[in-house]
Amino acid sequence: MGIIAAGGLPPDDVVVAGLRSGDEELFARLLDEWSPGMLRVAGSYLSTRASAEEVVQETWLAVIAGIDGFEGRSSVKTWIYRILANTAKKRQARESRTIPWSSAFDGAPEHDGAPAADRPDRRFHGAGGPSPGAWREPPARWPTPEGEALAAETRDRLAAALAELPPRQRTVITLRDVEGCTSEEVCEILAISAANQRVLLHRARASVRGRLSDYFQVAARPS
Amino acid sequence: MKRFRCEEVVELATAYMDDALEESARGDLTAHLAGCGGCERYVGQLRATAGLLGRLRNPQRHAANGSAEAPPEALPEELPAEARERLLAAFRERRTADPRSPL
Repeated sequence: MGIIAAGGLPPDDVVVAGLRSGDEELFARLLDEWSPGMLRVAGSYLSTRASAEEVVQETWLAVIAGIDGFEGRSSVKTWIYRILANTAKKRQARESRTIPWSSAFDGAPEHDGAPAADRPDRRFHGAGGPSPGAWREPPARWPTPEGEALAAETRDRLAAALAELPPRQRTVITLRDVEGCTSEEVCEILAISAANQRVLLHRARASVRGRLSDYFQVAARPS
Repeated sequence: MKRFRCEEVVELATAYMDDALEESARGDLTAHLAGCGGCERYVGQLRATAGLLGRLRNPQRHAANGSAEAPPEALPEELPAEARERLLAAFRERRTADPRSPL
């Protein structure tokens, strides 16, 4: 199970009982274990680190206040991420009234994402060709994967590729691929359908793949 | 049996990876991949993309061969210490004032 298995925290019923009875050590562990991911997810909605931090703090305060009302219909983590997503969304709406940041990316050109329906995808042979819908030129090979640590530059490229995605795609791919949530968890956290989740994830992955391809090709070119 | 075009395979790649295709479509797509190096590579790269993104979760360490360029923009990793303290205090105040608490 996606995000739940990691970290070696006790099972949910123990976590809930501990939070309710004021187990501060447990709360501190949750805080340390989950806040980094929560910051990344909040950051997928918001343009500044400070806003993301505030959203995460607000979320934890809501958890402290609301744990008595937690009904166990989802996992604790999914419940917390749901609060986080809603808090971040509200904050995003408020900030975008002053800085039109989130909308700035909506119009970003799609590269290697799903092509617009009325525009043929140039990567494939057109209808009139010998093999319609087949690759004109298959994707170029990528270098062999890096070792354990991601090179700082690859990190940068990934972060930049995420930053230029439309906001909803960015949140979905952050939850799925960065945080490792399952598709069911993402649907629950964002209250979206499985089909919608998949479309957003696919567009996002296709864009990031395209960016990585550009980068690997430039990197591979002899200087 | 449906013969998928490469263009369609590329669109279905995420559904395929999530095992969200109907069984017959899944079989046909698997068959296409077996015979099409371009699509196989594309799906592999989409998978690699997801894998690389997952590694953003690991604490940031400068790679051994890190160049002398400016440090990468820090990905948010931890709450600042003051925020952490404030939340712990809020937890203490709210949760341990509870009369049901054994302490």
